[in-house]
Amino acid sequence: MESKFYEGAVRIPSGCAISGFINRDGRLSDGGAIIRSIATMHDRSNGLGGGFAGYGIYPEYKDYYAVHMFYEDTFVKKQTEEFLDEHFDIINLSKIPVRKTPKIVDEPLIWRYFVKPLPTKLAESQLDEDEFVSRCAFRINTFMKGAYVFSCGKNMGAFKAVGYPEDVGEFYRLDEYAAYSWIAHGRYPTNTPGWWGGAHPFCLLDFAVVHNGEISSYDANRRNIEMYGYKCNLQTDTEVITYIFDYLVRKRGLTLREACKVIAAPFWEQIDRMPEKERREAEYLRRVYSGLLVTGPFSVILGYTGGLLAINDRLKLRGMVVAEKGNTTYIASEECAIRAIAPTVDRIYAPKGGEVVIAEVNR
Amino acid sequence: MEIYAKGIESRQLNEIIRGCKDDKIVIRGVNGQRFIACGLDKKDVTAVGTIGNGAGAYMQGGVLRVEGSAQDATGDTMNGGEIYVGGRCGDAAGYAMRGGGIFIKGDVGYRAGVHMKQYGEHKPVIVVGGTAGCFLGEYLAGGVIVVLNTENKENPVGEDMARGMHGGRIYVRGRVTVPLPVSVTARKAGSEDMLFIKPYLESFCVAFGGSIKELTSDEFTLILPAAGNPYKRLYVHN
Repeated sequence: MESKFYEGAVRIPSGCAISGFINRDGRLSDGGAIIRSIATMHDRSNGLGGGFAGYGIYPEYKDYYAVHMFYEDTFVKKQTEEFLDEHFDIINLSKIPVRKTPKIVDEPLIWRYFVKPLPTKLAESQLDEDEFVSRCAFRINTFMKGAYVFSCGKNMGAFKAVGYPEDVGEFYRLDEYAAYSWIAHGRYPTNTPGWWGGAHPFCLLDFAVVHNGEISSYDANRRNIEMYGYKCNLQTDTEVITYIFDYLVRKRGLTLREACKVIAAPFWEQIDRMPEKERREAEYLRRVYSGLLVTGPFSVILGYTGGLLAINDRLKLRGMVVAEKGNTTYIASEECAIRAIAPTVDRIYAPKGGEVVIAEVNR
Repeated sequence: MEIYAKGIESRQLNEIIRGCKDDKIVIRGVNGQRFIACGLDKKDVTAVGTIGNGAGAYMQGGVLRVEGSAQDATGDTMNGGEIYVGGRCGDAAGYAMRGGGIFIKGDVGYRAGVHMKQYGEHKPVIVVGGTAGCFLGEYLAGGVIVVLNTENKENPVGEDMARGMHGGRIYVRGRVTVPLPVSVTARKAGSEDMLFIKPYLESFCVAFGGSIKELTSDEFTLILPAAGNPYKRLYVHN
């Protein structure tokens, strides 16, 4: 990685930006709108990271895991492909199409594979498909130096790079994809290097997280989540949020709302004032998962199959605005990012700290 | 002068505003440009659209009217002049304000009026037509904050309001049900207390409609610091 991408080499005071929207009627939108939205908040990033995730973009391969890969060289690519070949049925593989632009440079090799776990390997592992895929992703990220799985969900995909988000969107030709929901991020790294793998979103299976803020509890959260087989090796705090959601929702069976009561747990004095049933539930979640309480400023959008979730830290130390227009729900760090693509809205408001906003495609 | 702001970035837009010799400036198509009317002295600036962060920061005088919403840090450390926001307003409005007034028709976000202070003739005021988020008037040292809750929502203010307040006054139309720190007292505002905020309510009604009579026909809660020096013995015993 070139030294200019490290924090401290470039310093422009600003803050990250997040934006996302979901068409609750399942209608597909190309990547143009989300690029326009995040571009409105250009001043919040400093060119050290931008990224997007779209849901519903691979209908022709919707039953296959779409594995998006960064490789630093052809050697590790070969090594990783051998690994993938050994564990998966690869139905399709290709370079992810990009549009060359002078604003995005030094790109790694960027490849995409549509895969299904090999039945024999899956049976041998005694795992379900999701767990099998997630373990393979961690294995690649941990043991194959210079190879990174940056997206591995079904019928969704992440696209990220070092650069301003609008340039990243252009680079990945997002206008050629159609999704029912999009999330986006403009990065301003404060504590960790700006590198390709460190751009948002951070994904595992169909979860994708974009985050504005800084997790004060990162190391406590990391130590806790690594006990359950997750590995934080992408050099930034946000990835831990993705793994916490995956652990609580997929592995522990919590609802998204319950998971949010762990991540942004109410304060004890608020819990004391709750009615009995609610108080017991809140207490239970705080006690059992105390190591997964996320402190410090954050506004987060979580993308998942069929929905978007937005949440702020309990003290609301970062901006977040939610709006609705017809069948679309918009979420962004600043109102202007919503107005850029929806000049008039039916409703616009700022959720409270710790308040969960969930918008899902009507079934 | 009229400016169409679409596609003009913050720095350039502010240079145009500062360089403009007219007393009245109307900016249309504003969307997210920051620091508009920052350090404004005497002009009358109208911004149509969603004004960006730090609007009217360090304002000395003049008027900034926003026909639309304002984002975060509106009127940061302003010394004088007036800001009128016709929609909602984001977080941290009027942070460390030292004079002038901010009038918001809709809701204001978290941390409005944190560490406002007053000295002599310089008395800052924030009037919120809707509701206010948590930490309203935190560390308030002076000035006046009024929350009108004109739409009669259940909670006019959020939690942790007036934490560390040691000066100034907070008026809330209706009852305050959130817990208050021990260092402040809350009581029903009397007629003299109401006289104190009448000019501010007049400015609000002139800007956004409504009648003072109707607004003041309801009970207001007045929050004041409990004593002249509420933190005297917080950290040490002498």
